[in-house]
Amino acid sequence: MSERLLKRFDRTDRARNEQHVTPKAHFSMKDHALGLTMLPMLQKPSHHRESGLGVRIEGVRRQFENGVVALDGIDLNVASGEFLAILGPSGCGKSTLLRLIAGLDKPQGGNVFTMEASHGRADRHGLGTRADIAYVFQDAHLLPWRNVLANVALPLELMGIERKVREESALRAIEQVGLGDAADRYPNQLSGGMRMRASLARALVTEPRLLLMDEPFAALDEITRQRLDDQLRALWAALNMTVIFVTHSTIEAAFLAQRAIVLSSRPARIVEDYTLNLPAERTGSIRSSPAFARETRVLYQALERNEV
Amino acid sequence: MKHRPTTFLATVLPPAVALIVVLAAIEAWARWTHQPAYLVPRPSTIFLALGPGGSALWNALLWTAVASLAGFAVSTIFGIFAAILLAGSKWVRRAVYPYTLFFQTVPIVAIAPLLVFWMGVGIVPVATCAFVVSVFPVIANTLSGLVSTEPALVDLFRLYGASRFASLWKLRLPAALPNIFTGLRIAAGLAVIGAVVAEFLVGTLGEHEGLGVRIVENTKYAYPDRVFAAVLLASFLGLAMFAAINFIAFFSLRRWHASQ
Ligand SMILES: Nc1ncnc2c1ncn2[C@@H]1O[C@H](COP(=O)(O)OP(=O)(O)OP(=O)(O)O)[C@@H](O)[C@H]1O
Ligand SMILES: [Mg+2]
Repeated sequence: MSERLLKRFDRTDRARNEQHVTPKAHFSMKDHALGLTMLPMLQKPSHHRESGLGVRIEGVRRQFENGVVALDGIDLNVASGEFLAILGPSGCGKSTLLRLIAGLDKPQGGNVFTMEASHGRADRHGLGTRADIAYVFQDAHLLPWRNVLANVALPLELMGIERKVREESALRAIEQVGLGDAADRYPNQLSGGMRMRASLARALVTEPRLLLMDEPFAALDEITRQRLDDQLRALWAALNMTVIFVTHSTIEAAFLAQRAIVLSSRPARIVEDYTLNLPAERTGSIRSSPAFARETRVLYQALERNEV
Repeated sequence: MKHRPTTFLATVLPPAVALIVVLAAIEAWARWTHQPAYLVPRPSTIFLALGPGGSALWNALLWTAVASLAGFAVSTIFGIFAAILLAGSKWVRRAVYPYTLFFQTVPIVAIAPLLVFWMGVGIVPVATCAFVVSVFPVIANTLSGLVSTEPALVDLFRLYGASRFASLWKLRLPAALPNIFTGLRIAAGLAVIGAVVAEFLVGTLGEHEGLGVRIVENTKYAYPDRVFAAVLLASFLGLAMFAAINFIAFFSLRRWHASQ
């Protein structure tokens, strides 16, 4: 992270933290699972801010103009630094929920808060969370007239960060997702998997504290998807962020998440809130373990129960 | 790109051959059946009308080109700006957009004399006609491009707090470029037609000596070969403008748009 960007983050951090004196926690459970030795480029400067943003959702209701009630009375707490998977039938309101959390949409009732880790001070949207939240869509949605580097640098550009700084950060994010040699290619010269990597890099470039992902790898083939899942899990472990990940795949949910919730069909209610009973260290091989099969079955049954 | 020579020949050769065949057929038919020259001018005499002694026609082409280009340029700038304003607010769009249709439906034949009344004679009313006739496709196509930006990308820009200007300049306008070029392609041909029609109606009043003026004149004095030559030049002017826009579109879109 270069000087200027760091200063930016530091300033917002100070503003955020000025009301409390809790020392920053430098240790979290995730640290065990790091695998940082495998990913040296992921190491962060020690003075980097400490944790992901938590989310608190209270009795949220969202009804669309056409009368469709997508969400009605959802309560959900996501801890700082948690990896949460959201499963649910098609059209039940998962994307709606994610957009509300991102502040891209407003609920008709209830509240959505993002929270600091150490003191639980709730922060309504629009105060200081802009750069803290990143969003990855089902499709990569890159700007086709920009190359990968310019696409990944876009969020920083929109935040008004100068070119040299943002390009350095973008290059680092591109490295993180393993796209190092494609930085000057255009989206139509990339495979679907590479496009998705670029999209992920664009989300990571601001060093978000809350990463929202809406079925991001659903359109990819199985191998590519697993590879990206592996990478995402490692990135999450290394980058101190909260991840909320919508998926239709129980396997993906079980592999990635610490906790999974299953939603009912519209209007969405949480019908299962399940903490996965799997080791923190997750490598590809875990997918073939009996414990993994058991956990996916739990999720699958929860899904099936409310599908009918 | 390495196939370029082949594709160039493949685009240019077939229509050229077709043209020559058709022209030769007309020439042969007109000669053999002894059609009177004032009814059916020989293609050969049309070409001769453009040769030595045809400088009046080439001059006229210049006048018409200037008038159509001026009208087209104003259409481009005004049309894109108008579309940006219309795209900016749903209510402005609802209130104003229906009236832009007047550009499309106005009987240019009726208002051209009025334009002279307001603006005097010369190139100004001619260029204005070119503008009036050609602006609507620019507005309509640009607008449809601007309002159909991918919603996820709009969300993305909002997420990072992009200003309205940044969203317009970095997202909505570039995304609308293919539509804008579609509008400009249509407008180019219309601008030439608008200019020639205006010259036809009001050109003879002033010192504007465009192709339309020549057409009126030569019809009056029964020089059908010159009339046809003028029509030919006007068509080529439209084609040239169309080709120029395609050329610009190709270079600005080739890296990313499927159309290129
Ligand atoms: N802008 C909108 N206007 C009206 N209805 C909407 C709008 N957005 C979503 N809906 C409706 O709300 C419901 C929930 O949509 P949402 O996109 O959140 O579902 P989802 O769980 O993400 O589905 P999927 O798994 O297919 O992505 C759907 O029935 C959808 O048709
Ligand atoms: Mg969805």
